[in-house]
Amino acid sequence: MIPSHPSLRRAKDRAMIVLCVLALGIALIPLVSILTSILLNGVGVLNLSFFTELPAAVGESGGGIANAIQGTLILIATASVIGVPIGIIAGIYLSEYRESKLASVVRFFTDVLTEFPSIVIGIFAYTVIVLYFRSFSVIAGAFALSVIMLPIVIRTTEEAVRLVPNNIREAGIALGLPRWKTTTRIVVPAARSGIVTGTMLSLARAAGETAPLLLTAFNSFYWFSCMTKPVASLSMYIFIFSISPFPDWRAKAWGAALVLMLMILTLSIVVRYVTRGRYGLHA
Amino acid sequence: MQAISKRNNDARLTSAQPVSFKPLAILSHGQRLTADRAFKLVAGGISSIVLVILVAIVFELYQQSRLSIDAFGIEFIWGTVWDPAISEVFGALPVIYGTLVTSVLALLFGVPLSLGTAIVLSELAPQSLRSPASFVVELLAAIPSVIYGLWGIFTLAPALRDYAYPAVQSALGFLPLFQGPISGLGVLTGGIILAIMIIPTVSAVSRDVLAAVPDTQREAAFALGASRWQAAKTVLSYGRSGIIGATILGLGRAVGETMAITMVIGNRFDIFTSLFEPGYTMAAIIANEFTEATFDLYLSALIEVGLILFIVATTVNVVARLIVWRSMKMVRGAVLE
Amino acid sequence: MQPREKKSNKKMLAAVGIILVVLIAVGAYYSFGTTNPPATTTTSGINTMTYESMQPVTLNGAGATFPFPLISKMSAEYNKLYPAVQINYQSIGSGGGIRQFTVKTVDFGASDAPLSDAQFANVTGPLHIPFTIGGVVPTYNVPGVDSGLKFTGPILADIFLGKITKWNDPQLVAINPGVNLPSADIIVVHRSDGSGTTYVWTNYLSDVSSEWKENVGKSTSVNWPVGLGGKGNEGVAGIVTQNPNSLGYNEFAYATINKITFGAVQNAAGNYVLPSLESFTAAVSAASSTLPKGDENWSKVSIIDSIVSNSSAANAYPVTSFSYLLVYKELNIIPGMDLNRAKALVSFLWWTVHDGQQYASPLVYVPLPGSVVTLDEATIKTITFNGQSVFQG
Repeated sequence: MIPSHPSLRRAKDRAMIVLCVLALGIALIPLVSILTSILLNGVGVLNLSFFTELPAAVGESGGGIANAIQGTLILIATASVIGVPIGIIAGIYLSEYRESKLASVVRFFTDVLTEFPSIVIGIFAYTVIVLYFRSFSVIAGAFALSVIMLPIVIRTTEEAVRLVPNNIREAGIALGLPRWKTTTRIVVPAARSGIVTGTMLSLARAAGETAPLLLTAFNSFYWFSCMTKPVASLSMYIFIFSISPFPDWRAKAWGAALVLMLMILTLSIVVRYVTRGRYGLHA
Repeated sequence: MQAISKRNNDARLTSAQPVSFKPLAILSHGQRLTADRAFKLVAGGISSIVLVILVAIVFELYQQSRLSIDAFGIEFIWGTVWDPAISEVFGALPVIYGTLVTSVLALLFGVPLSLGTAIVLSELAPQSLRSPASFVVELLAAIPSVIYGLWGIFTLAPALRDYAYPAVQSALGFLPLFQGPISGLGVLTGGIILAIMIIPTVSAVSRDVLAAVPDTQREAAFALGASRWQAAKTVLSYGRSGIIGATILGLGRAVGETMAITMVIGNRFDIFTSLFEPGYTMAAIIANEFTEATFDLYLSALIEVGLILFIVATTVNVVARLIVWRSMKMVRGAVLE
Repeated sequence: MQPREKKSNKKMLAAVGIILVVLIAVGAYYSFGTTNPPATTTTSGINTMTYESMQPVTLNGAGATFPFPLISKMSAEYNKLYPAVQINYQSIGSGGGIRQFTVKTVDFGASDAPLSDAQFANVTGPLHIPFTIGGVVPTYNVPGVDSGLKFTGPILADIFLGKITKWNDPQLVAINPGVNLPSADIIVVHRSDGSGTTYVWTNYLSDVSSEWKENVGKSTSVNWPVGLGGKGNEGVAGIVTQNPNSLGYNEFAYATINKITFGAVQNAAGNYVLPSLESFTAAVSAASSTLPKGDENWSKVSIIDSIVSNSSAANAYPVTSFSYLLVYKELNIIPGMDLNRAKALVSFLWWTVHDGQQYASPLVYVPLPGSVVTLDEATIKTITFNGQSVFQG
């Protein structure tokens, strides 16, 4: 591990650190560029009516995306209720009972599930729910989103729980706790931060997806009415407005994208604050 | 973000107060075993939901592709004609090829950048920067792919076409990979935009993985006289499986991405030889043509592309697992789980 | 376990629960004041439908992207007149509209192409209601060249076939004297997604080039011989505007509103006609004598086919097409349909072909000529629910 010449080692050390920072810099350039685009293009559209009103007709100024905000919140909340508990429990199982056959199979197919295009998941949800009930609905959309969220939550939970050092588990067992109690009361809280990251990533992903909602939640230009009817969403609005011929609608697409970013940022901060451990913001 | 408490991971138990025994002392050994078994059963049952969903999806895909499978058979996989208008012949080779190439490019560019970012965020950056930097990275995971696509058409592609690609072509133009006319829209741009899209996910998860590595590993490395980079390598090695997990998540996004890639890849149904040429991917062709598939065989062919995507994804995962398994056997230095 | 740890875990669970509740509550908060208006009794002064009592109604439609701005404007205006009626139209593509219409997950569909023979056979009792008109134009980006570059049909077909590859090809130069065409390669741009716009464009190319007709054909999605694929009108427009020396095709509305340069196309009378609302209207007038009845098979209907050899239509723009609303003749086969919703749908359809047409021109759509309106009136009057005619004159 230790090359012979000390100054060679120092040089290599410095070089690799420079490379890493360079990687961060290169990664940040496009990402900052996109964020700037969203900010610059979207901020001009934001005003109070943008957040509180329904969309105006074409050619009329004003109007907003309030129903899309409402719809996205409802969709990701419902999708989380379906997908997050299942995902976390499955992730815990995959990590704690790693040696079982079922765990290997589930882990393998979870990885395969992440590689399905969201449009295929949407088609699946369409076939299974929409065609069966003959109606586009919030439930179909939330189901499609939860299938997209599931593998992300499972994978990240599994890795987070796996990384909890073994001596903690051993300590729990040494103290006479049954295995399940060690797992749920000690190991999982220790992995809390990683689990939260995974959940937030999956929520962020779900909030931004368009293709699975196209044929399930459909979209609407009115308020949410019922779980079995279509509903608006920010991602659908961004899609529809961005492909329209009208420059003012296209500007609204950027505004909606900005609102989506802000929503995810707020959610992320709140969730992290709430699930912080005893040592402040660090879990 | 997890710095302080994770660093005190091992110290946590020593500073904890004694655990209360009261309810547990009452349970007999047999009862505790049953509770354990019940937990394992319930958790296992819930995990199987993933299998149920996957089987259901594949079953649906198969059912709906029957028409196309019956019409074209195995030749669908190496067919190169996609003609919904006149001959109604479909084949998938160009899109399989396009998906594989763009995914490889995405991982090639995206994973090193993500790892570098993760290392900086978890090992090298000062404490105060880590939290906000992590928030920003997670935020970027929420950007809808439509926005990536718009940015790709109006910002990325022109910039690459005007500055980066001519330079690449003059340097590496002797390779057939980099020949031909440059329009900014093509396979290489597609790979680059996919790489950018997977950076938030891969770096966020990798950063968490690296931060969760116990400090004992770092301390042991430093105690042995390692430089910062060498200590970082040790940490990387310890968190190897987590990083692979992060890469798989990134690969998933890359393979399944539809909107952004279709806006910059040129959507040309052909086997390309140069990375500057336009190409096509399986996810893009399904997304582009699904809602407009005007007759049943057309629809069935598109669904069959989805089925093939599943098969390709499974194969890639099997191969990846074999590679990982071989590399896991060569353990150096750090104690692995 | 230490009581303090127990508490913090419980707190965490409680907090997560609260977050979820808050999310749903905030969502629900937006619902205050958003309940649908109560039943009202109205008689319309504008159209001749009368409501006994108007229960709140939402009608869902799906279909082509081209008419989306117009339908959404019409829906909004109609909602102002009759607040109890909400029309929710989403653009998922012509084919998507036809498919959802076929499986009856929506109350009406919209398509730029009429139902094909196969699709027509697959449905019981569909009605075609042409409700607006548009055109597809060649868009290009040649430095120094403004709108109005002249093209002929065969030249366009050869460009899209890959046989004409340079802007200063002798054929183009010959019909554009005085225009400085560069010797650059033509970057051809087409649609990557299936689309009614492609259907219209390839309809025209098939009519003017037998090689195109035999090898490529007319469809919402074809095997393009050359070119880059852009997703949607905006994808093609984006590629064209970002890449000099490119040539694509777009909806006229899209090109005009976004000030993209477009060209003139030669019609059967030999004139090079610039696309405009007037030249589209001229095309429709020349073609409308031969339209079938609403409940018949419209698969052969094509304004393009009708005027491609009509040399007396001097000002007709050759690449013009209808956009259709699709609705069932007997509405009770749609799940969830009742008499109220049927009345609302029929009155909305009636309104779109009458007062709704006033919103067409400002949005760069062509208003229906009188002959087509008359045809549509007859079609709408045949709509029934449980066998009873819905329209009440």
